[in-house]
Amino acid sequence: MSAFLGAVDDAKLDMREVAVVSGIGCSGRIGGYLKADSIHVAHGRALPVALGAKLTRPDLTVVAFMGDGDAYSIGGNHMLHAARRGDDVKAFVINNMIFGMTGGQQSPTTPSSVIEGPLLARSPKPLDGPTLCAVLGASYVARWSTADFMELRDSMKIALTTQGFCLVEALSQCPVQFGKRVTRDPSGLMKWIKDRTIRVDDAVSKRTTGGKLLVGEFTKGGKGLRPELGELIGG
Amino acid sequence: MAGGAKCWLMEFLSGSEMIAKGAIAAGCRAFFGYPITPSSEIMELMSEGLPKVGGVFRQMEDEIAASAAAIGASWAGAKAMTATSGPGASLMQENIGMATMLEIPLVVVNAQRMGPSTGVPTVGSQQDLMQAIWGRHGDQLLLVLCPSTFGELFTMTIKAFNWAEMMRTPVILLTDGHLVNLRSSVSMDQAYEIVDRKMLDAKDATAPFKTDESLVPGFPPLGKEFNVLLDTLSHDERGYPTPNSAKTESLLVRLKAKLERNIDKIWMHEESDVSDSEEIVISYGSSAISARRAVDIARSRGKKIALLVMKTMWPLDEGHMRRILKGKKRIIVVEQALGQLAWLIRPFADDSEVVTVTSLGRPPRPKKIEQVILNEG
Repeated sequence: MSAFLGAVDDAKLDMREVAVVSGIGCSGRIGGYLKADSIHVAHGRALPVALGAKLTRPDLTVVAFMGDGDAYSIGGNHMLHAARRGDDVKAFVINNMIFGMTGGQQSPTTPSSVIEGPLLARSPKPLDGPTLCAVLGASYVARWSTADFMELRDSMKIALTTQGFCLVEALSQCPVQFGKRVTRDPSGLMKWIKDRTIRVDDAVSKRTTGGKLLVGEFTKGGKGLRPELGELIGG
Repeated sequence: MAGGAKCWLMEFLSGSEMIAKGAIAAGCRAFFGYPITPSSEIMELMSEGLPKVGGVFRQMEDEIAASAAAIGASWAGAKAMTATSGPGASLMQENIGMATMLEIPLVVVNAQRMGPSTGVPTVGSQQDLMQAIWGRHGDQLLLVLCPSTFGELFTMTIKAFNWAEMMRTPVILLTDGHLVNLRSSVSMDQAYEIVDRKMLDAKDATAPFKTDESLVPGFPPLGKEFNVLLDTLSHDERGYPTPNSAKTESLLVRLKAKLERNIDKIWMHEESDVSDSEEIVISYGSSAISARRAVDIARSRGKKIALLVMKTMWPLDEGHMRRILKGKKRIIVVEQALGQLAWLIRPFADDSEVVTVTSLGRPPRPKKIEQVILNEG
């Protein structure tokens, strides 16, 4: 939220020119915490609501705050098509890799290393929203962890000032629920996440992600996934 | 009250065209849809009509997105609509409930088709009446309006928008595959009242859900010097989420009461020979066209029979229903469903015999109704 407000300043936007849509989950509360025109909608439906508002009021910058469940699970179909169509809305996904509010159930982005229990699907590959949106032609896509605060703020600014569909994903720590599987110490969890990410440029020069999540910019100018990332992600 | 809409003189139109023209005349400037039989023609007509009047149109990825985008457009100030049938109507229930909670004006057309699940896409029916009234989770009330003449496809679409705007509520315009596919010559040059939503004053922005006696709060504009949060969570008068039972109760009671207190204006129907007949025919929608004909024939053969055609299907004017049905010996319900309208009527029937004339898949033949009226079946 702080990165977003900083990005609004950096983009020289007046909050009166911004309309905020949020979905359901911990992230959904953001609309209520901001001094902004905001609407807190049903689980998964932030993107189509944002599109309706943007088409009606093209003078406004319409942002949609979602969690990983919102954006990639129940609202996954909306995300695919918003990216494909190039809806001029800014999607900010707070990915804590868990269904936090409902008690810590597995989400589409939960890493397989922390999935426990015989009844849960142990998917070898969590869903990678930024890669998906980049491939589908989104105008701007980036992912950072909350440890990369300034980069996150800069990417949000770029999203706010770029025409078309933009996605910025923030890997964030949920010490209460995700922490049950790793560590409940907030800073320890932040470090755990940071240790499991690798910057795009590092991965490109090493020619491997080393099994870590890419952070950085996935596309620029809506020309699809950066070609040098294709090999890394496919491998 | 923002002026009126002038109509055309004489044209040969489909039922879908009547609805699309009614919507644009009412001021609809945003439509989101997803193809589905038999309502797709409404979507196609809106995609042609809206750009000409500066409106927006998108075909979405599914009916959930279509209804959500219409809500987004309405939040941003446009009169918004979507249209669907059968399975699409099921998918839209979630967002119709959302519009109720957010108090977002929204018009949803359901051109009913036949059967549960995929059913019979190309055949009209009246099997979604109970879904329209009760289809969502949680206590709530919305308006269900049902045109029962060709002309009403136009006029009741305008009324649906007017009530949606006035009451800050979703309105379901419940029609069916027969009526939207019907073609007829129409001649109208009447002016119609058009209503726009009442906007929120800056001075009320700190308690945007505190209402006057209308129980309808002003609608918050976007991009002004004050901000309002619209929340699908239960919320207090400031708009902030609350799990408090008393505050939630007062919200839910207000959402219901804002419509119920206007029941005398919302309640639309036609009735004839009610006071001096011991028997009555009750129908609605495309079935009412057959029912009217059958009643005319029976009367011409000397039978005393009353007729009630319901146009507001929900909420009901219970007092009026009781007065109409008081002392009737026999109630003949005509519908294209297995007793949904009959279920709605039965609480007002006292000791009357309730007979249902059902015809699935096509409007009942007047002859069939006439035989029941005259006990010739």
